[in-house]
Amino acid sequence: MLAALAVNQTPTTEPGGDPPDDHGGLIARVAEWRDRDAFRTLFVYFGPRIKALMMRSGADAAMAEDLAQTVMMTVWRKSGLYRPERGSVSTWIFTIARNARVDRLRAASSRPYDDVDDLEMASDEPTGEDVTLLRQRAEKVRGALAELPEDQRRIVELAFIDDLSQSEIAERLDIPLGTVKSRMRLAYEKLKVRLENLQ
Amino acid sequence: MTISHHLDHATILRYASGDLDESFAVVVASHIAMCPHCRAAVRAAEQMGGELLDADQTADLSAGALDRMMDALDGADVEVAAPVARPDFGAADGDVPAPLRRFVGPRLGGIAWKSVAPGIRRCSIDLPSEPDSQLYLLHIAPGKAMPEHGHGGAEMTLILSGAYSDDFGRFGPGDVADLDEHVEHQPFVELDEPCICVIATEKKAKFKKLVPRLFQPIVGI
Repeated sequence: MLAALAVNQTPTTEPGGDPPDDHGGLIARVAEWRDRDAFRTLFVYFGPRIKALMMRSGADAAMAEDLAQTVMMTVWRKSGLYRPERGSVSTWIFTIARNARVDRLRAASSRPYDDVDDLEMASDEPTGEDVTLLRQRAEKVRGALAELPEDQRRIVELAFIDDLSQSEIAERLDIPLGTVKSRMRLAYEKLKVRLENLQ
Repeated sequence: MTISHHLDHATILRYASGDLDESFAVVVASHIAMCPHCRAAVRAAEQMGGELLDADQTADLSAGALDRMMDALDGADVEVAAPVARPDFGAADGDVPAPLRRFVGPRLGGIAWKSVAPGIRRCSIDLPSEPDSQLYLLHIAPGKAMPEHGHGGAEMTLILSGAYSDDFGRFGPGDVADLDEHVEHQPFVELDEPCICVIATEKKAKFKKLVPRLFQPIVGI
C-alpha cells in the first residue's frame, strides 16, 4: 500500500502555497519520511479550517483548537493509511474531523462511525480507483455543490459544517422535517447524476 | 450477493455528516460493509464534506499553536497500513459484517439468542452511548411474520441471512429496509430458512436528544 502511494503521488518539491491538489503529495511525504515540513504545510492549511468547522459545530474557541490539534495528530499518525485512490485529502481529513466531532461534541453517539476505507479493505470487492478518475470526481462534487439551489446548499452546510441534526435543521429553518429530508435527497441526487457521467 | 434494496439518500448524507446515532450508524456501517454501491455513495457524500472544508471559512489559531503541534509530534505513535484480515461474508472467518462483530462476534451461529415468542428469538445490544434508539438482532423461523417492531419512529432493518417479503418486495442478505416513520408493513419470512436481521428503531421519543451544545453556534448564523 505504501508502494502504491509512492507510485501514485509524486512528492511535490515546490515551496509554499501548495494548491489543494498537492495535498496528496504532502501526505505521501509525511507517510514515507515523517516529513515535518510537509506536515507543517498541511497544518497551516487545515488547522484553521478544522477550528472553524468545530466552532460552527458548537465548540468554543479553546475546544475547537484542541480538536484541530487532535485531528491533525491523527493525520500525522495515520498518514500511511491514506489512500489517494479513495478520495481527496480534504475528504479524508473531513471524515477524521467528523469522527472527532461525534466523539467530543455529541455525547449521544460514541464511536459509531466506521471508516469506509476499513470497510472496503475488509470487504471482498476489488479495490483501487484510478487517481485521475478521483480528481475528476472531486471536480464534479465541487461543481455539484456550486450549482445547488440555495435552499439545498444551506441544508448540506448545516448538516456537514454546523453539525445540526435533521430535526435541528427543521427547527432552525422553520420548515417541516419532511422538507429537510427531501432537500437532502435532492442535493444528493444532483451529486449522483454528476458522478454517473464519469462511469 | 445481489443487493437490491439500498439506503435512502437522506440517510447517506446523514451518515456522511455524522448525524446518525449509534444504533442506526451500526446498521448503516454494516450495510455499507456488504454493499459496494452504498459504500461509493457514502464516499461521494463525504466528499461534499471535504469540499466544504476546503471552501469554508477559517478561524485563526492561537499564537503558538503551530509550535505546540510540532512539539507534540515527537512522542506520537505512528500507524502503518497493516494487512487486514478479510472477512469474506459467509466464508470461513465469519459471516457477521465487520461493524457488528464487536457486539456479537464473527459468526451468526455463535449469537446468544433469547426466545421472545414462538419462532422468534432476539439478541439485544447494549450500546455504550445509550442512544435514544434500540439495536437488536432477530432470528425468525421460516414462514413466520416479523413481529411488530416500530413505534411510529424510523426503523432500519438489514438482512444478514435468509429472506423476507413484504409490500416493498423481497429482502435477502445485504438488503436494507430504510423506512421512515409511519410506514406500515408486514414482512413474512420465506419458507425455506430462518431470517436473521439486525434492526435499529427509534424509541418513542420523537426527536433525538442531543446533549446540549456547549455553546450555541457562534459563527456564521
